[in-house]
Amino acid sequence: MLKINHKEYEALRLHGEETYPHECCGVLLGQMNEDGRVVTSIARCGNTRTDSPQNRYHIDPRELVRIQREGRERGEDIVGFYHSHPDHPALWSQTDLAEAHWLGCSYVITSVEKGKAEVTNSFELGGSDESDKQFADEKIELV
Amino acid sequence: MSKIHIPTPLRQYAGKQPAVEVTAATVGEALSGLVSKHPDLRRHLYTDDGKLRAFVNVYLNDEDVRYLQKEATTLKDSDSISIIPSIAGGR
Repeated sequence: MLKINHKEYEALRLHGEETYPHECCGVLLGQMNEDGRVVTSIARCGNTRTDSPQNRYHIDPRELVRIQREGRERGEDIVGFYHSHPDHPALWSQTDLAEAHWLGCSYVITSVEKGKAEVTNSFELGGSDESDKQFADEKIELV
Repeated sequence: MSKIHIPTPLRQYAGKQPAVEVTAATVGEALSGLVSKHPDLRRHLYTDDGKLRAFVNVYLNDEDVRYLQKEATTLKDSDSISIIPSIAGGR
């Protein structure tokens, strides 16, 4: 399960509207616990895939290093990521799975139809390593 | 001592620690020291033929070691190494 407050939830959806028709991307920070992940803040990131931003995203690892460090200073860990699918369902793609490497983290996807954020879903990346990783639907609880 | 920051998914293989301190002269030695202390990390960081996995980014402070001297990059005391798996995807 992914617990996230309304403010951060709306902020990540709004991000997808702002970058439409390009994909947005960002980081979910908070805590991992036995029930799943609790998001206490989000960090917007730039999409470095300027060659194909309408259907691909990539976060500069240097930006991730900074976000991880700043989160650590606030007592937060990286617990997941979010991105948008412009004019495409909020379901993970084979590209999303192939490029996902943070096992045990949440991957949140928002469909943005004609510039308006519609469905937001979350998927937990499960498995023990690259050979058996898979996405599983997970509930988003707004708190 | 250099500190290696472990990303959340890999902490379970590193004694659940967010960071591991190692004594090493280079980035390569630091990573070797890390997997010696925590052997379960090896398959997550390296391919079967011993190469760092393509999606595993290693940063020395704020620099990608690929653009420094890779694993031969020398370390100073208090340097901070971050292991950051890549984030990408798309529909």
